[in-house]
Amino acid sequence: MDPAQTFESTRPLWAVLVSLLAIPLIVASDRRPNLRETWTLLAAFIKFALVASMLPWVLQGREAVCSIWQISPGIQLALRVDTMGYIFALVASSLWVLTSLYSIGYVRGTNEHKQTRYFASFAMCLSATIGIAFAANLLTFVIFFEILTLATYPLVMHKETPVAMAAGHKYLSYTLPAGLCLVLATAWCVSTVGNVDFIPGGFLTSGVASAATLRWMFLLFILGVGVKAGIMPLHSWLPAAMAAPTPVSALLHAVAVVKAGVFGVLRVTGFVFGPDLLREIGLWTVLAWAAGITFTVASLLAMRQDNLKRRLAYSTVGHLSYIVLGAALFTMTSWTGSLLHLMFHATMKITLFFCAGAIYVRTHKENISDMHGIGRQMPFTMAAFAVGSLGLAGVPGINGFISKWHLAQGSLQADQGVFLGLLLLSGLLNAAYFFPIVYVAFFRTNKEYPAYGEASPLMVVPLSVTAIMSLVLGVAPNLGAHAWDLARAAAAAVMGGSP
Amino acid sequence: MSEALSGLLFDRWPYLLTVVLLLIGLYGMLMKRNLVKKLIGMNIFQGAIILFFIVHAYKHGASVPVHSAVLGDAPEAYMNPIPHGLMLTAIVVSVATTGVALALLTVIYRRFGSIDEGELLRRLRDRE
Amino acid sequence: MTVPAGSETLAHHGEHMASAFDATAQSQLPMLVLIPLLVGLALVPALGLLRRRLAYPTTLISLLAFLYYSLRTLFAVMAHGELEYSLAAWKPPIGIELSVDMLSAFMVSVIAVIAVLVAIYASVAVRREDPEKEVPYFATMLVMLLGLTGMVLTGDLFNLYVFFEVSALGGYALMAIGHKKAPVAAFRYLIMGTLGASLYLMGVGYLYVVTGSLNMDDVAAIIMHQSSNPAVQVSLILMVIGLGLKMALFPMHLWLPDAYTYASSTSTAIIAPIMTKVSAYVLIRMLFFVYDTETFLRGTPVGAVIMWLAMGGVIVGSIMAIAQKDAKRMLAYSSVAQVAYIGVGIGLGTPLALVGAMLHILNHAIMKSCLFLVTGSVALQTGATQIKDYAGLGRKMPWTFLGFTLAALGMVGIPPTNGFFSKWYLVLGGIREGEWVLVVLILASSLLTAVYFFRVIERIYAKVPEQATNDASLPKTAEAPLRMALPVLILGAGVLVLGLFNAWLVSAVIARALPAGMHVPGL
Repeated sequence: MDPAQTFESTRPLWAVLVSLLAIPLIVASDRRPNLRETWTLLAAFIKFALVASMLPWVLQGREAVCSIWQISPGIQLALRVDTMGYIFALVASSLWVLTSLYSIGYVRGTNEHKQTRYFASFAMCLSATIGIAFAANLLTFVIFFEILTLATYPLVMHKETPVAMAAGHKYLSYTLPAGLCLVLATAWCVSTVGNVDFIPGGFLTSGVASAATLRWMFLLFILGVGVKAGIMPLHSWLPAAMAAPTPVSALLHAVAVVKAGVFGVLRVTGFVFGPDLLREIGLWTVLAWAAGITFTVASLLAMRQDNLKRRLAYSTVGHLSYIVLGAALFTMTSWTGSLLHLMFHATMKITLFFCAGAIYVRTHKENISDMHGIGRQMPFTMAAFAVGSLGLAGVPGINGFISKWHLAQGSLQADQGVFLGLLLLSGLLNAAYFFPIVYVAFFRTNKEYPAYGEASPLMVVPLSVTAIMSLVLGVAPNLGAHAWDLARAAAAAVMGGSP
Repeated sequence: MSEALSGLLFDRWPYLLTVVLLLIGLYGMLMKRNLVKKLIGMNIFQGAIILFFIVHAYKHGASVPVHSAVLGDAPEAYMNPIPHGLMLTAIVVSVATTGVALALLTVIYRRFGSIDEGELLRRLRDRE
Repeated sequence: MTVPAGSETLAHHGEHMASAFDATAQSQLPMLVLIPLLVGLALVPALGLLRRRLAYPTTLISLLAFLYYSLRTLFAVMAHGELEYSLAAWKPPIGIELSVDMLSAFMVSVIAVIAVLVAIYASVAVRREDPEKEVPYFATMLVMLLGLTGMVLTGDLFNLYVFFEVSALGGYALMAIGHKKAPVAAFRYLIMGTLGASLYLMGVGYLYVVTGSLNMDDVAAIIMHQSSNPAVQVSLILMVIGLGLKMALFPMHLWLPDAYTYASSTSTAIIAPIMTKVSAYVLIRMLFFVYDTETFLRGTPVGAVIMWLAMGGVIVGSIMAIAQKDAKRMLAYSSVAQVAYIGVGIGLGTPLALVGAMLHILNHAIMKSCLFLVTGSVALQTGATQIKDYAGLGRKMPWTFLGFTLAALGMVGIPPTNGFFSKWYLVLGGIREGEWVLVVLILASSLLTAVYFFRVIERIYAKVPEQATNDASLPKTAEAPLRMALPVLILGAGVLVLGLFNAWLVSAVIARALPAGMHVPGL
């Protein structure tokens, strides 16, 4: 493949900044909720429009570059819209629009306190996420990664109950040390090679340092990004963080934060080390096994959760590791599968979280065992839930099937049949922990319930949209955003071969 | 008695005195609990350093550093004026420091009725 | 050991050095930096006696002039290189010279910026703390600033001692203004500070015995090849101990927490950011510009000892800070830890580590003055001094605590704040030297910092006050007046701006402040 054609543009910078610029406006409109929400929505739409407007460039293989200024001698604070970054930015920005609408319905429905702080932190998170997606080098990536860590903290402890505070502490005590590992690894890279611009196929080569050094470096990197990616045993902050309000869980813990972690894994494996070097130092198996064990164990743990959001959290831990597995296997198909799952898991999981939130707002119920017959009360919500959960279990016709299919093929291509087995097992377990929810919702009844009815349209519309997206992408993955083309192009860039 | 030691005792004994004074001063500053004694220790310490400079500048048989036709141009005939000048300044500094210290001591005594360090530290620690 | 008589060496060097000194640019600027402070120092007590209210405007005007000339000096040095001014036209090495290289110009600018901001803050705060102290406060502040500036500008070892004591005298007096217990802490600081300065003077004495000169460049040239001379080695040890005491290098930090805690916040806000830093500056000046770095820092264990003691200071200071309940005391221990980062960089002594140390001098000055000013605002507005009483204040004093939060994040070292980048350079320097234990400790220590700052931040923004009565007694907003809130906000913004533009600062100023022969890789 030809090296990508690059050109200067400030558009990626604006995509990062727009939600940052919205923060002062949001804070200033503290006393006027409608105006405040207008700013959030406006920022979300502009951000999405900016990201969407870059799609033609990416499809043509042109990369927009924006060097802001030097941030450390010899290292620029720079943004670069490559295909893989674009995929992540597209997912985050499009779902932010829906989450913003949903958030408004949610926080008003539950009368949350300190809504201004909530929306301001949210906007901050989105800026950081887009920054992570477009970061052109390791140091820029680290900076946005840490900002994301910090901006998420007020959201995790938003409720300020003892449980939420404890969750916040747990979150920080996992992510801050991880951030330091990442900083150390980055400093080490800078010391070793000087230039830390991301290069498809990796900027480290076996010549720059001894194999032992490179192994330590890789370990530090994986510790650094693996916490957010929920690789076991670094995952336990994630279920705890479910103490946050549901839209936070939805966007951040299904889309932005954890995906930033997974995205970090993809960057490190594909753009720092690269397939050749990782095969040479032999660490890809470690990563693959960690992922394989994580999704199996997480699926088992998910079955034991009665709290709906916690079950979804463990499900998230599992699905993140699918993506990590695909990255570790290093075949064209497995990388395509990983990138597809990055997108598709987002639409499905956000649907499920939206549904959980809608149920909570209407009924204040969090436990699955209390949800008998809820499907008849809230038919749209639970239908969307069914779509999402069937998709995650891998039923054909929904987008989850497509990404899992690629992952399965990838593991065969890599001669790792054992991972195919694990994938299938985990698919069955997914079905085992999702179907009971759908079953009790539609086929059990509970006479004690008053007639709840659906939540406000602000919540039902977004969750229906994401469910429909999952269905449509399951049939026509190339519709609209050309998701399938994007994933293949990004995978081809990393693998260095023809698609 | 070795050559070096006898040299130290007989020719360089002012340096030895300096060291003794330094140690006395240090002992006073660090070990004494009475704040006035600490201050005295500090003054002894500073005095020792002044002595050190002056001893270094002293030359047997030399005169005041004012050029005269009788003594000629040989540098050996004159004292080194610079350390003396420096030490005048150092004495001024020392006096100023002592002044500030005494002012502080007065305030401390007025507020706490004590200049015993142990007692004062106890008072410092308890919360009012 | 031969003891050359001073006058002979002096006469000998007088001739051949004179030509070398003519080469550097002569300029009035170094003196012009000092003059506003001298004039202010004369005018403030005089006008203050006349009318108390005149003290502040006089101080502000002289400080603004000071800032103006400091920055002009900085830009002049950036454009033309080192500037020199011979006092009373006596040529060095006989006369005293003010010699301003990039490092001095940088330090003077740091001092000037902090001084102006704190003075603006103090105009309201001191009046409200104790109106009678207004004139003494500004006068002693100017004494201290004069001393510190002189230390930075002078090129003469003994002159430095004098300025050392001038700054210290101002500092003792400033510290004694404040809490009832402040004089006790100030007295203890006086004893320790004088001991430190005296040890430095003793070191100067040994150098004078060996070289017969007091001019730094001259002394440096003479002792270059005398690494085996025990007198030179003794002088180095005396200076390191003396300066270590002044900069509160672990384990010589014990005077600091009490002194910072009981002094008034306005005093601490000017003393904490620059006093210990200027001592660190002198240490850099001695180790890298007077003594030959290669033979003395690396050839002897001095560098390693400084580095590991400092690292111990980082850990101990941070742990002690975690244990504190009083906000100012917590910040005081945090100062011990943060100054120790500078010590780590000095001890490591590589170009990158030294860049980290110099950058941290500025960064910590900005962050710590911001934090101490906030404790002052809080104490004045709400009476709270304990961390637990800070609960819920984030909503009552939004602007003040915005500054606080930014500074706290900088202390923890969250990118892209300036605190991150000083540690970044230290870590890069450590990796390059293969000091892995050090690197890991530097990073781990920022977790300790995170523990005590996030605890405060959480209280400020999240926890509702435990005593509802306390809450009711306060008005809905208790924001500090503009002249107190603005310096805090400017400093808070500085934390971000300096972080984002650190590469510019490093390449334009700090990398050029390094001693000759040191180069930052990548520039």
